[in-house]
Amino acid sequence: MDYVFDFSFLESFRSEIISGVRLTILLTVVSILPGFALGTACAVGRLYGPRWLQTAVTIYIEAIRNTPLIIQVFWLFFGLAVLGARIGPFNAAVIALVINTGAYSAEIMRAGFQAIPKGQLEAANCLAMTRRQIFWNIQLPQAAELVYPALVSQFILMMLATSIMSQISVEELTGVGYQVQSITFRGFDVYLVIAALYLALATMLRLCLHGAAQLAFTRLRRLRTPL
Amino acid sequence: MTVISMNSVHTPVAPQTGVQPMVSFRDVHKSFGALEVLKGIDLDVMPGQVAALIGRSGSGKSTALRCINGLEKINGGELTVCGRNLRARDFELRDLRKEVGIVFQSYNLFPHLTVEQNVTLAPRKVNGLDAAQSRALAAEVLEQVGLSDKALSYPEQLSGGQQQRVAIARSLAMRPQLMLFDEVTSALDPELTGEVLRVIGKLAAGGMTMVLVTHEMAFARQVADLVVYMHQGRVWEAGKGTMLDDPQTVELRQFVGSGL
Repeated sequence: MDYVFDFSFLESFRSEIISGVRLTILLTVVSILPGFALGTACAVGRLYGPRWLQTAVTIYIEAIRNTPLIIQVFWLFFGLAVLGARIGPFNAAVIALVINTGAYSAEIMRAGFQAIPKGQLEAANCLAMTRRQIFWNIQLPQAAELVYPALVSQFILMMLATSIMSQISVEELTGVGYQVQSITFRGFDVYLVIAALYLALATMLRLCLHGAAQLAFTRLRRLRTPL
Repeated sequence: MTVISMNSVHTPVAPQTGVQPMVSFRDVHKSFGALEVLKGIDLDVMPGQVAALIGRSGSGKSTALRCINGLEKINGGELTVCGRNLRARDFELRDLRKEVGIVFQSYNLFPHLTVEQNVTLAPRKVNGLDAAQSRALAAEVLEQVGLSDKALSYPEQLSGGQQQRVAIARSLAMRPQLMLFDEVTSALDPELTGEVLRVIGKLAAGGMTMVLVTHEMAFARQVADLVVYMHQGRVWEAGKGTMLDDPQTVELRQFVGSGL
């Protein structure tokens, strides 16, 4: 093979690529925490809520997990616009990511809550703690710790899934890559670079989440238990 | 005040004073679905007394114990604990549980918290102790169970006997009037059983009112003021520890003779 690499686009499209990376990071960062919070709330609703709430949450989770993210985004962006609700492409993208991540992390957190031995909750009840105190001090920290590796995977999948958002003109990294490729016709080189950038971003996100775990889970840090 | 039941032999156990019993069962019934587990229990435990519930598996002794702090709801009769009628309309379970500690066979410690945090979580959240008060409290109760040097350890770093002593300390930190022990040594080997029983024995000597479900006959005979033999959901025979040497019923004779 006598293919000659040409990475000169890195120089000529530098600012576009940087803004694409920024937008990908921004979409990820603003969606993770609300998505996780929504998921946790849904897990609690599905496990401990009244029957109507359990049903509502189950419908939400299954509807989201069994339809493509891109259809969810289109529906939010184009569908709501038809009804006269214009929320803008960036907002549509973030809302879709939060709703999507919420549904998946709800199931992950549900597994975490269910993995806590019932005896602990009985003991906490017998110590006269309220349900709220038990949730915040005993259930949430342990559930999050138990399923943390699965949550990390989910958040990284979510970051990678931001790559479809250029479909509604949110010009994140993949969107920028497509533009550069369509101007330079250097598809091989361009997408190699884009892939490398995603790999770097995913690694950074993994490291950040690992650092967060070290801060949040004191016991793991002190006992040097791997997650 | 005598303990009365239909078809069993009893020794009067409660002293004849004006003091109210700490725990009082009156014809208590409890069913799980169609299965009646408690078929009319009568039992008094006076302040400062140690009562040991013994009997075969399925005799209802653990269920009776769990009724005392409302882990099981009774279906019939009267149950009064620390002056509170558990079936009264204004009965508040959390108020009762501030006064009644319980220790389980499976320890049920919070694995993500240190020993000190396990012990102080409820005092801080429920009783509103501040950091300094709770640290002093932890030091005090850990001293009582002989684990002062383990305050900063995590449960997984401790032996079963040590974990069970932490569980005892965690209950003591709520300053209970009454302590319940549900087969707390059943998961431990004989050596570790000894260290836990010594702690319980010390508490008994200190005047703590206790109800314990146990398979440790020698221990029951030694520390209990009142030994209650349960059989088929009834108090079959009750009395001082010496009753084990001279059983009045065939069932208790068989039970003691089986070497448990």
